[in-house]
Amino acid sequence: MSDYDSNFTRFTSLRFMVVCILACLLAACTTQKTQQANPSSVYQKVLDNGLKVLVKPDRRAPVVVSQIWYKVGGSYEPAGQTGISHVLEHMMFKGTENLGPNEFSRIIAEHGGRDNAFTGRDYTAYFQTLEKSKLEIALELESDRMRNLLLEPQEFEKEIEVVKEERRSRTDDRPQALAYEQFMSSAYTLANYRNPIVGWPEDLDSMKVEDLRAWYDGFYAPNNATLVVVGDVDPTLAFDLAERYFGSIPRREILATPNPVEPPQEKSRRVQVEAAAKVPYLLLGYHAPVVSSLEQRDGWMPYALEIAAYILDGGKSARLSSRLVQKQIAASISVSYDPFARNPTLFVISGNPAPGTTLQQLETAIREQIYEMQNELVTEQELDRVKTQIIASKVYEADSSFYQGMRLGILETNGLPWQLSEKIHEKLRSITAEQVREAVSRHLLDENMTVALLQPQMEDEG
Amino acid sequence: MHVRPIILLVISVISFDLWASPQIQHWTLANGARAYFVQSHQLPMVQFSVGFDAGSARDPDSLRGLARFVSAMLEEGVSGLNGTEIATQFETVGAEFSSGNGRDMSVLELRSLSDEPLLSSAVDVFTRVIQQPTFPAAAMARVRNRILTGLKRQQQSPGSVVSRAFYDNLFKDHPYANPPSGEPQDVTRITRDDLIDFHGKYFVGANAVIAMVGDLNAGQARRWADAIVGQLPPGVIPPKLDVVPLLPNQARVLNVPFASTQTHLMMGQVGMKQSDPDYFPLYIGNYTLGGGGLVSRLSKELREKRGLTYSANSYFIPMQQNGPFVINLQTRNDQGPLAERLAIETVTEFVKNGPTQKELDAAKKSITGSFPLRFDSNAKIAGSLLNIAFYDLPLDYMSTFPDKINAVTLQQVRETFQRRIFPHRLLRVVLGGG
Repeated sequence: MSDYDSNFTRFTSLRFMVVCILACLLAACTTQKTQQANPSSVYQKVLDNGLKVLVKPDRRAPVVVSQIWYKVGGSYEPAGQTGISHVLEHMMFKGTENLGPNEFSRIIAEHGGRDNAFTGRDYTAYFQTLEKSKLEIALELESDRMRNLLLEPQEFEKEIEVVKEERRSRTDDRPQALAYEQFMSSAYTLANYRNPIVGWPEDLDSMKVEDLRAWYDGFYAPNNATLVVVGDVDPTLAFDLAERYFGSIPRREILATPNPVEPPQEKSRRVQVEAAAKVPYLLLGYHAPVVSSLEQRDGWMPYALEIAAYILDGGKSARLSSRLVQKQIAASISVSYDPFARNPTLFVISGNPAPGTTLQQLETAIREQIYEMQNELVTEQELDRVKTQIIASKVYEADSSFYQGMRLGILETNGLPWQLSEKIHEKLRSITAEQVREAVSRHLLDENMTVALLQPQMEDEG
Repeated sequence: MHVRPIILLVISVISFDLWASPQIQHWTLANGARAYFVQSHQLPMVQFSVGFDAGSARDPDSLRGLARFVSAMLEEGVSGLNGTEIATQFETVGAEFSSGNGRDMSVLELRSLSDEPLLSSAVDVFTRVIQQPTFPAAAMARVRNRILTGLKRQQQSPGSVVSRAFYDNLFKDHPYANPPSGEPQDVTRITRDDLIDFHGKYFVGANAVIAMVGDLNAGQARRWADAIVGQLPPGVIPPKLDVVPLLPNQARVLNVPFASTQTHLMMGQVGMKQSDPDYFPLYIGNYTLGGGGLVSRLSKELREKRGLTYSANSYFIPMQQNGPFVINLQTRNDQGPLAERLAIETVTEFVKNGPTQKELDAAKKSITGSFPLRFDSNAKIAGSLLNIAFYDLPLDYMSTFPDKINAVTLQQVRETFQRRIFPHRLLRVVLGGG
């Protein structure tokens, strides 16, 4: 806990999530999978039961991060069961046949480790960070709860209330989060991305512990998981430990849930959000392809959109800041786009208008920026800036073992080969101004757009 | 992405044979600025953190938000460059600049690749931003509006509103009551001269520290330190902040009506300072009470046993003078009174009897065992180094930390909490009600 805080830090979370995509590119171009200690190498082994194990040595400190990634999350959940992946994630800490509730966290803490978990749209992941000699503890505990989870009704009754409190904290009492939730459920009519990861309140109310059992049995199996280990570790040792603790867990049949395809949007959509806000807020999103959704010949498109995101929001010299913020149209503004999601996603621009500017004026100004990118090439200078930033962010993200692991885990879990992590950088650098213009012209279109407006109810002037 | 609460640890270190804490080089510049350097060549990057004793505690009475305003304006103009041109110079070489402030400190940070000429270009503009900001009047109007919008956005966040009320009522007339992001009525009246005066008074050598981590040798580090802060006028060290007054003799309860689904409870009292003689017993004791994440007593009582909250925790923020000791939780409005009673009972019981031997041992194992995790990236090393620099902690602070943790006894924790923490006299701020 620190006394230090900042309202003005650059590269805030939205862009950071995009930037961290580049996490594992450290000296990536020349990766040879030999036994020589190349610090940037990733070592892979697939156990007989289907568990994929990825090991990336990073010996800068005697610390090791282990992460297990399951292919399940919000986008796997059918209507009526939203939030179930996240509730199950909570229940994974509530005891197994061998350990009581919270024993997992207590043991990791006693060994000086940090542990936590997170649920996303496309994945559920669990991680531990420990001093390097203690990797075995993490793997032993993690393998135990892959198969032996208890899911006791009395623990569920309490934990579902914890999750409802989490929803209140994160969404219900945050006007901009509520706006985002409604924005997503308008932009998508059919695809599961329309549902919040934390779940709709009604689904949390009706959830039963038996549902969690079925979800657990349907997805928690070695053949539906990727184990990622990054840190001061010998790959052979990590493989041996993985074999010892996970090797005997049998394969299972993985539950197949509907993953509806979003129909093409033909007209723009608008939604007015009612919430107790003091500051107006706007979200504007376009349906956009991802790497996994495209044929080979169009494979460059998501990278071009990613470059477009940098052109618009790669710092204070980028277009949205230097134009809209400088001219007092926006008080704050950012872009979010994830080219590596499992399903086609949204290219989202969101922000607060500057005092004296209306939401409509901000929307117009943003759309003008998009039109300009459809019609005019970005400048050589801008492209150079973005490409240098990409090289730099590759180095900066290599400073965090956790994000290096995260990048590998996300790619694998979303159906992309982890080897892609070593090529992203080159793919981004090869994008031309013409490709940026074409990608924006093809996807960031009015008919493909959803706008959500959060207007304070009793707004005083200003 | 949904992440469970991150364990709140102020610091965490161990005695560990195989792993020494980073080697710190330290020297003082001619103008009084203090430099700290940790060499690390594994990645071609450098991080500079420059701190000034110029946080919101230095805001004049009727100008709360001045430190923040200065911090936000530094990058808006230097001679020959406007804000966008400054940003362009950083960003075209892939450097990242940020500035901000807390109650004690204003901080400017630069992360850059270590390759020349990229590094020189980034440091050149970083230096000018620190030493020669021009505070252009045109940018002031925009920055003021942005700060005011940010303050307004805080008003829609129950967590921000409860925190403001807590600090305001805990520190009263002490400058730690000043919110780091300012007060709207004061931000409205800050003038350009105020910015220039504040910068001239506090951004001086005697009041500066610089922490450097990364791919430099000692000679390069000395040259960069000289460039970045060495040319500041020497100035004078500002007087130490007043001692924070002790507690009144009775509990205070403040109800803040707010249209939220949850009640936010923030309760506490004046805590400890960085150089506090009781630092270690309070730190290790708090791990058991509410600092140790899901395994702490507060989390067990409120979350694990009863499902009342997503997060219940406690923490000290040690500052130049005594910072706050805080217990924090959120729960559905109708459960507010129950959660409040349980939290008070938990802290009362803890102060009365202290941790068990088993709890103390577990706390020591956890805190010392996580020692290497504290230095596993340049970013983390830089954070620790800035803390040591700003609070003038001994250079062996990191390496002696584990022994000091291990030396704390059960008796000491109990005695210290009984002497320092008064559960029946806590300030309780309760926000919510729907």
